[in-house]
Amino acid sequence: MNIAVVIRQVPDLIEPLEVDAAGTALDLGSASFIVNESDDHALEQAILMKEAGGGTVTVVALDCGDVDNTLYAAAAKGADRIVKIALEGDPPSAQNAAVMLAEAVKPLGADLVLVGVQAHNELEGVLAPLLAAGLGLPYVGVIRGVKAGAEPGTISACKEFPGAVMARLTVKLPAVLGILGADQPPRYVPVSRIRAAMKSTQFEEQAAAAADVEPLVAVRRLAPPAPAARAEMLTGSEVEVAARIAAILAEKGLVK
Amino acid sequence: MSDRDVLVLAEVQRDALADVALELLAAARSIAAATGGEVVALVLSGDGARYTASLGAADRILVVNDPQLAAYAPGPYLAALEEIVAAEAPRAVLIGATSIGWDMAPMLAARLKAPLVTGCTAIRVDGAGLVVTSSFCGGKMMAEVQVAASPAVLMTLPGSFRPSADAGKAQVETRALSKPLEPGEVRFEEFILPEAGDVDITQQDVLVAVGRGIQQKENVELAEELAGALGGAVCASRPVVDQGWLPATRQVGKSGMTVKPKLYLALGISGAPEHQEGMKGSDLIVAVNTDPNAPIFDVAHYGAEVDALELLPALVEAVQARRG
Repeated sequence: MNIAVVIRQVPDLIEPLEVDAAGTALDLGSASFIVNESDDHALEQAILMKEAGGGTVTVVALDCGDVDNTLYAAAAKGADRIVKIALEGDPPSAQNAAVMLAEAVKPLGADLVLVGVQAHNELEGVLAPLLAAGLGLPYVGVIRGVKAGAEPGTISACKEFPGAVMARLTVKLPAVLGILGADQPPRYVPVSRIRAAMKSTQFEEQAAAAADVEPLVAVRRLAPPAPAARAEMLTGSEVEVAARIAAILAEKGLVK
Repeated sequence: MSDRDVLVLAEVQRDALADVALELLAAARSIAAATGGEVVALVLSGDGARYTASLGAADRILVVNDPQLAAYAPGPYLAALEEIVAAEAPRAVLIGATSIGWDMAPMLAARLKAPLVTGCTAIRVDGAGLVVTSSFCGGKMMAEVQVAASPAVLMTLPGSFRPSADAGKAQVETRALSKPLEPGEVRFEEFILPEAGDVDITQQDVLVAVGRGIQQKENVELAEELAGALGGAVCASRPVVDQGWLPATRQVGKSGMTVKPKLYLALGISGAPEHQEGMKGSDLIVAVNTDPNAPIFDVAHYGAEVDALELLPALVEAVQARRG
């Protein structure tokens, strides 16, 4: 099975986020980027499927958010081809990214396209179903675990529901899946293997397709939330905080 | 049928109406009150009449019955939703940010070339359009979004609106579609239920919840020790379950369990909206996180900006000392 995986970089939420001067968008110049978590799971799922049944894994990414290191890591994990789409200017909206990615994914003739089900910075569009629409392929998301299907030309995918319940689905290929989690956590690759991949991997670089989808919504204001209520903060060393928490719990009859 | 109306997708999950449906009705009522329109609930099911009794807060309940809708599959579900939305032409379509909603809302918006906003926590009417407050970046940012075009597809975070339990006299209309639904390329096979035998975290009075801040699997033992001292159980946020450090039966949040213990002690959990959805009804929430801006502090009663791993041994000791 030939699988295409879309990978995105997103601002690292561990670092403070800044808003731009207009107050309507993130200031990406001050952000540090990491791979979108569910895209990382999508890659892991693709590699697992290749290991189980053969085929190829092609990673496709827009060149934004310091993506090169993530792409080299993908190669080190087992991706066969890396397609990097050059961008000019600001990162595109999900709608425009879907147009660009669809044009890059189409010629790959992939049986299956895996994309993270969401990115934390998607506000007015969700890439995975938009990409499916652009490719004219069926879509289902919130998938945790995929394997070859019982019938040829199908896969079996588990869609997650509340209460740790899964729906087992049969999906006719080709299709796009929005991955929430892989069958196993994304693998760790040592730095030495990433360095080796940096020497041996050739990105297939291409220009972005023209995309001019006009936004249908306008962000008027962006700001950190003003909490309605904030926790009463306990200060001091770990030992002091522990003593205070234990006292609170005892006061409320929760230490017996 | 009016662009002043608000349509709510009253989702059926495993033979039960999703809780979020009643929240969406409340949100829809506040919009309809400003537009002078109606609140319309839509049930897509193999047997929709079973689910209409709790939807009395709507003005009208539309039911589409079709064998292809008996269990969720995106193809027929989207076809039915698209046809009804096109016929009703409402100002807004409210869909919960659920497993089904994450498929339907973006797919519907793409089909209709309609505006979509994710993570909606508040909605108000602004002239001919809407202004939506939306949570993104894991709850670390809130956006105020202007939506001018109709229908606006609004994916709403569960827990954002007080459920409407109004027992009105909504009219129930069974709608026939223009043609029978086709099965689509994605076929439902079966539900897989969690294995029995693990602790039922929904029944625990005390939960010690661990998140990414626990750093590695071995450290879960420290949390187990604290849970033991408090007579409770350990649960987790999604990243911990994704790593395989705890089973899915211990996951709290949108795709896990909803819990309401007497004590929820959140250790190294940032508190993304998807996690808060499953725990913010707890009686007492104590949160520990090194990030002062972690959204978990917005729902916690007490917080501490310290390292959970450093705190854990000290807290076990302090609790044991209290127990004598």
